[in-house]
Amino acid sequence: MAVTGSVNAPAAAQRVPLVDMRDIRVSFGGVRAVNGVSIDVYPGECIGLVGGNGAGKTTLMRTLSGARPPDAGEIRVNGQPATIANPHDAQALGIETIYQTLALADNLDAPANVFLGREISAAATLNDAAMESETRKVIGRLNPNFKNFKTPVLRLSGGQRQAVAIARAIEFNARVLIMDEPTAALGPAETSQVHALIRQLKSEGIGIFLVSHDIHDVFDLSDRISVMYHGRLVGTVNKGDVTTDEVLGMIILGKPPTKITRQELAELHG
Amino acid sequence: MNVPVPEVATAGPSNGIAHTLRSASATVSERLRFLEIDTRMLGMLLALVGIWLGFNLLSGGTFLSPRNLWNLSVQSASIAIMATGMVLIIVSRNIDLSVGSMLGFLGYAMAMLQGEWIPKSLGLGLGEPYTWIVTVIFGLLLGTLIGGLQGVVVAYGRVPSFIVTLGGLLVWRGLIFRFAQGQTIAPLDQNFQMLGGGTVGTRVGALGEWGSWILALLLCAGIAYALVTSRRRRRRYGFPVRPMWAEITVGAVAAAVTLSTVWVFNSYPLPVNVANQYAQEHNIPVPPEGLFISTGIAFPVVLMLLVTLVVTFLATRRRFGRYVYAIGGNPDAAALAGINVRRTIMLAFALMGALAAVSAAVQTARLNAAVTNLGVQNELDVISAAVIGGTSFSGGVGTVPGAILGAVVMQSLRSGMVLLLVDSPTQDIVVGLVLVAAVGLDTFVRSGRR
Repeated sequence: MAVTGSVNAPAAAQRVPLVDMRDIRVSFGGVRAVNGVSIDVYPGECIGLVGGNGAGKTTLMRTLSGARPPDAGEIRVNGQPATIANPHDAQALGIETIYQTLALADNLDAPANVFLGREISAAATLNDAAMESETRKVIGRLNPNFKNFKTPVLRLSGGQRQAVAIARAIEFNARVLIMDEPTAALGPAETSQVHALIRQLKSEGIGIFLVSHDIHDVFDLSDRISVMYHGRLVGTVNKGDVTTDEVLGMIILGKPPTKITRQELAELHG
Repeated sequence: MNVPVPEVATAGPSNGIAHTLRSASATVSERLRFLEIDTRMLGMLLALVGIWLGFNLLSGGTFLSPRNLWNLSVQSASIAIMATGMVLIIVSRNIDLSVGSMLGFLGYAMAMLQGEWIPKSLGLGLGEPYTWIVTVIFGLLLGTLIGGLQGVVVAYGRVPSFIVTLGGLLVWRGLIFRFAQGQTIAPLDQNFQMLGGGTVGTRVGALGEWGSWILALLLCAGIAYALVTSRRRRRRYGFPVRPMWAEITVGAVAAAVTLSTVWVFNSYPLPVNVANQYAQEHNIPVPPEGLFISTGIAFPVVLMLLVTLVVTFLATRRRFGRYVYAIGGNPDAAALAGINVRRTIMLAFALMGALAAVSAAVQTARLNAAVTNLGVQNELDVISAAVIGGTSFSGGVGTVPGAILGAVVMQSLRSGMVLLLVDSPTQDIVVGLVLVAAVGLDTFVRSGRR
């Protein structure tokens, strides 16, 4: 059972990580929300990022998506040091984010949301027809039954809104995708659709950070699992090397599996 | 024990009627969906028609006379111009309480510029040919500047817009009194006065008969062009298009409304003495029944049309407008999408300032003077117009044409009550109640739909 700060997937041993975050620190006032965390992702790989509430998962991912620049630490993209000061910087590096809240402008329709901040223009005016056409294509990949391209997304179902948020991330040839609780608001059919999508994106060589509370989702989809506890990284493990109980132990006790005693594990079940 | 029987008896048919009504309204709304007409916009239009017919009945036909409608159009124009900008401000979850004071300040500055600040030696000053255009450009720049200044404090200083513009309301008004010392600045340049739609000698601030028809034809051509290009574009991408009958209906109705409006304005003749003087100057014989010279569309209304087109274009066809609506819908999402939220909000306030300058030009030109209380309480009319026109205070919702309609509804109420000799406090009470009722009704209808 190999557990270190960063374990590379065997197949990716010689390759350069798509994203390599080193010793990231973020503080809010006196609270260290992220305290020296290092994490990386390789092409075609899915990293499950798990931890309890307030463990710092979302804050860590927000530094990568440009929503909240880190106070300290280094981010390398394709081996090159990168400065991500705002969402534009992240997008320019091919890093796209699907936020837990979906971050949709509820009063706008699906094409306007998909292209928000990156509109297609022709002759200095918005080309809504072109944006609708692209949106029909990309959402058609996710959900062939999606028909409401002209209504505000406020009126759409949870699954359809999720499709819009995902479409926004994959429309622009993302190379790294951050998904924060992508299935939290979805029914079983829609969840399996998202799972199929994640597998497809992996096969296309996209690196994925999957933030989730659902340990089964994580075991289903991830290649490696990084566990955070109170702003620290407990460890990163290969999925095949651990059991769900051991990962649960890491989440709850904040210790790597080697240091968890049998008694503590038993108490978890007690 | 007899009670249930009649109940059942009535329940049957009434259910049937309700069902018929429901299916009838379904087909109507289906047709409307084909026409892609905003049902709430349609509701407002119907309300306006109701108000007009009601006042016309009560006033014995005076309300819908060309003379009254012409005056109504001029009175609505300056509020409507500012309401277009207020839509964007409110849509972005802000408010501008300072527009009335900004208007007064800008009107005063423009009057001072043409009367005192620019020297005659430059070929400017009262009565010189370029004075009016220099004044208007100066007003627009100053308006953009002071509106933008408030926007900077709101967007970058993070002071709530309610507070910033409440301060602005006091500051700009105070500055007028400080500089003008309570004096009225008059007269103004004669060309400049034309912007107000008034009469100077034999010159009238309106397009006249042929100018109005030409504008009407241009508008009709514009409508046709817009319909054809949008249809062609949707076709090119293989999207569903409206059935042809719907397309033609929309175009025909829009053209009919445009042409009949111009016909009404052209039916309003110049006053007798102006017409006679005009006839004398141009050696036109005056027929015994009097000379009929059409006034046509007033310049303030032309300005309003121009502003409507420009602001609608900004709101719907440009990134700026898209971002304003996105910020209003979800400020966090807008920021996460990489939108420069602060810059967008600052620009919205700058635009509001420029529009206040346009209205200031119209109002000072109409008065032929800058007075210290110019534009007092205009902010309330402007905000009311936007809100009656469907702009939501929770942000993200509102249209420019709706605000224009709102301004016309408000002014129709006031003008109608003036015709009926209703005193001004009662007018305020009615307008206040209508404002609250309109928003209440809208909220009720919308909560029912969801």
